[in-house]
Amino acid sequence: MSSAIKTSRSALLATLLVLSIFPLFGSDYYSELLTKIMIMAIFAMSLDLLVGFTGLVSFGHAAFFGIAAYAVVLVSPQYDPASLWLVLPAAVLAAAVAAFVIGLFVLRTKGIYFIMVTLAFAQMIYFVFHDSPLGGGSDGVFINFKPELRIGETQLLDLGNAAHFYYIVLLLLVATYVFLRILLRSPLGHALAGIKSNEHRMLSLGFPVFLYKLAGFVIAGALAGVAGFLSACQFGFVTPEILSWHQSGNVLLMVILGGIGTLNGAAIGAFAFVVLQEVFSALTKHWQFLMGTVIVLVVMLLPGGLASLTQRVRRLLVGGGSNG
Amino acid sequence: MDLTTFLIQLLNALQYGLLLFLVASGLTLIFGIMGIINLAHGSFYMMGAYMAFALTSATGNLFVAILLGIVLSALIGFLLEWGLFSRLYKRDHLDQVLLTYGLILMFEEIRSMIVGDDVHGVRIPEILSASIQLSETLSYPVYRLFMSAVCIVLAVLMYWLIRHTRLGMMIRAGSSNREMVQSLGINIDLIYRLVFALGVTLAAFAGMLAAPVSSVYPGMGNQVLIICFVVVVIGGVGSVWGALVAALLIGLADTFGKVIIPDFAGLTVYLLMAVVLLWRPEGIFRRI
Amino acid sequence: MSHEVNRRQFLISSAAVAAGLALPSAPLFAQGAKKVRVGLMLPYTGTYAALGNAITNGFKLAVEQGGGKLGGSEVEYFTVDDESDAAKAPENANKLIKRDNVDVLVGTVHSGVALAMTRVAREAKALLIVPNAGADEITGPLCAPNIFRTSFSAWQPAYAMGNVMAERKHKNVVTLSWKYSFGEQSVAGFKEAFEKAGGKVVKELYLPFPNVEFQPYLTEIAALKPDAVFVFFAGGGAVKFVKDYAAAGLKSTIPLYGSGFLTDGTLEAQGDAAEGLLTTLHYADGLDIPKDKEFRAAYASAFKMQPDVYAVQGYDAAQLFATGLAAVKGDVGKRDELVKAMESATIDSPRGKFTLSKAHNPVQDIYLRKVEGKENKVVSVAAKALADPARGCRM
Repeated sequence: MSSAIKTSRSALLATLLVLSIFPLFGSDYYSELLTKIMIMAIFAMSLDLLVGFTGLVSFGHAAFFGIAAYAVVLVSPQYDPASLWLVLPAAVLAAAVAAFVIGLFVLRTKGIYFIMVTLAFAQMIYFVFHDSPLGGGSDGVFINFKPELRIGETQLLDLGNAAHFYYIVLLLLVATYVFLRILLRSPLGHALAGIKSNEHRMLSLGFPVFLYKLAGFVIAGALAGVAGFLSACQFGFVTPEILSWHQSGNVLLMVILGGIGTLNGAAIGAFAFVVLQEVFSALTKHWQFLMGTVIVLVVMLLPGGLASLTQRVRRLLVGGGSNG
Repeated sequence: MDLTTFLIQLLNALQYGLLLFLVASGLTLIFGIMGIINLAHGSFYMMGAYMAFALTSATGNLFVAILLGIVLSALIGFLLEWGLFSRLYKRDHLDQVLLTYGLILMFEEIRSMIVGDDVHGVRIPEILSASIQLSETLSYPVYRLFMSAVCIVLAVLMYWLIRHTRLGMMIRAGSSNREMVQSLGINIDLIYRLVFALGVTLAAFAGMLAAPVSSVYPGMGNQVLIICFVVVVIGGVGSVWGALVAALLIGLADTFGKVIIPDFAGLTVYLLMAVVLLWRPEGIFRRI
Repeated sequence: MSHEVNRRQFLISSAAVAAGLALPSAPLFAQGAKKVRVGLMLPYTGTYAALGNAITNGFKLAVEQGGGKLGGSEVEYFTVDDESDAAKAPENANKLIKRDNVDVLVGTVHSGVALAMTRVAREAKALLIVPNAGADEITGPLCAPNIFRTSFSAWQPAYAMGNVMAERKHKNVVTLSWKYSFGEQSVAGFKEAFEKAGGKVVKELYLPFPNVEFQPYLTEIAALKPDAVFVFFAGGGAVKFVKDYAAAGLKSTIPLYGSGFLTDGTLEAQGDAAEGLLTTLHYADGLDIPKDKEFRAAYASAFKMQPDVYAVQGYDAAQLFATGLAAVKGDVGKRDELVKAMESATIDSPRGKFTLSKAHNPVQDIYLRKVEGKENKVVSVAAKALADPARGCRM
């Protein structure tokens, strides 16, 4: 796999700038869309930690996304806005605890079994919310008021306000990115990278591999929970479909699309995926065919994802050059 | 629950489990022998059901339709392996998962474009349309007994093929060491192609067989797919025997779950899976 | 090198973002006379695609009959395929409301999607006409001046059937349905009427939506030996259930009843298994209503197929909106007048004339129908001018 591409400070800052000023110019609908993309980017980055940096291909990551989203709805009171101080930690904690428990089961398996087992556990969680009276069943649940941030009597932030919400999402996106970058440079991050490249060697070196994997799994789950929290707040509406294996497949796709093992790639993949969906569904009602074709083509022809696309194009134009 | 009802529910569980086995056997074969995880397997089941509908409407006879369908499915499986799946052997599992996921989307839409989105029924052939009276209110359709019988016959055939024929031996050898088999002069590419075609045909045949009792509708492959995965997880990858045991267990869990704990009926299968995984993380059986 | 790659990444991303900025919201100023923007959010793919198409056909037929105009105004359509996916519903509704700035939102089939749409429409104060989804809440707790429905509530046909089954001297009944809002509300409506008339619901069975493995439930029903069975199923599930019920020999021993969705649009696939089944719905075949005969002829010649209840509901949605438009002479800005006109309208529907209740749900006759061949032939009126109680509506 390619080593983590060094980040270009100016490119990142420029992207940040564009994102920051977009709501001032863009229409309501597209600001909403961009908000959704940013939420998906957080989700995809959390999965990239597992897939790209630890080598754990989880096909059930939507479970943690969904558990956090449901936690938001279940914790929010019916006739008042919930407090951000309460709801955000609750949602993230719920996701983290779920990741811990599920991790204890699934991390005992490897490779293809891991993929299948994560899929199966996510389905179990899906059915918990779909069939039992816990949520609103297959029709989903609503919150009547979106959470707010208060200090004393003053309301600082209202997540029901589109502009407030946009900037909260942007803030959390940046925070997640920075957090992950720091994590990857930390001893834990290096251990995960070591596990990805050669698990046996790490074991023989005396590393508690299972614990490291569990830590990575829980952190990834918690971050997916952040995305889930935001997703619930965007429309105040949660259905079991956000836990479905389709959602798990989609986020996996975003990671691949952008290029695994590069944190930026996850965000780019999220962007590309949502934009492709928008564009295709405006084109034809059979847009899923186009989506499927793109997926097949990307897997067959672009193993490095979109992040590698520019490299390949350069190589094609410039011709020859060094391998690798 | 009285004894008669219990026995009838047992029969229901068995029939559901056997059909599940038929679909899952193809998945576990392809998986165990070629190491490919194929999410589009549910699409082949759907393809079979729609074939049964289209061909029965055209020929007026379900049996003829099934025979034609088997030939068609084998052909499609052959071509798919040759054109697409053969390139996946060297790729890692993530790529296989995503590529076959993309295929599901494509197959669903192709189905929609060719056959449309309506719900269809397939007529049960006259000679199998009777029902056997089991209790004073309930009778059991002969066709369902026929289905179970066919599944059992197929299970036996598969066992015989894999354990007692040269082809089976080559298949088993090829799954553990591809290069060695090739160097012995056996055309391993052809064998893989055959196995893949067999897997596709099994799934499609299950769809054809089930079409008269399930209706034929969009998205029918998706529901089946996930349960098939659970069958493979519980039974053990590549183990046809494991798939049979797991499918029957799931049939029991699902049927009795619906009756005893209706609120959590959907969960019972996954709880079963969790319990099995605690005991044996790689499934009950491991080899073919 | 990595520097270059990232600059390219950034350029691509920002180019796309800029393109997004530039993508026009639909133009607010049209040439010439102002067209009315109609947003159709319906399923055009998946199991309910046929229903989405029927509703669209019905709507468009009404416009055509008005000379290409609705209430005197020209119409511009904006369509979104909701894929019967409740999770995407808020976004899809916003596409029409915020991106395309439609004057009226028409949709949808699936109750879960419609519930999400209703909430979005309430918040955005957008005009919504529901041409099918029967969730009671839409004209119940979620009722609002800008929310209308031209179809039915889950309660209506089920309540009517409760009375029918009591009149037919059934005492003990088992119900079976999918466990989601529409199924549960249907059973509740049935139970209310049936138990009020002296009957007893012995057991309420549910299976997870959209599961169609009915065998265990059929076995249980047979073991319970009720006088009759009341079910709600629709689409593919309805096809399979009726066939399974007959194959299990239950059809001759324990009579089966259901709300009309059990046999609407499914008779072709169900074949003989459905013959003789009694259902209740606000529409039927063989109605002796001039408007219906006229409608069926016009629909058949325009679309080369017979209309169904969904087409009627779409047709009536257009008629309802047309009444409002005519009253404000096409000026949709006059929302209060528009709503008042729609509220007090009498719709000349192929199902028979109906008015709207205070909660904006049709007050209509519910017919008792019997399956004869490929038709749901009307037998009698099961309930005259039945109004949904609109529990929880504060309007």
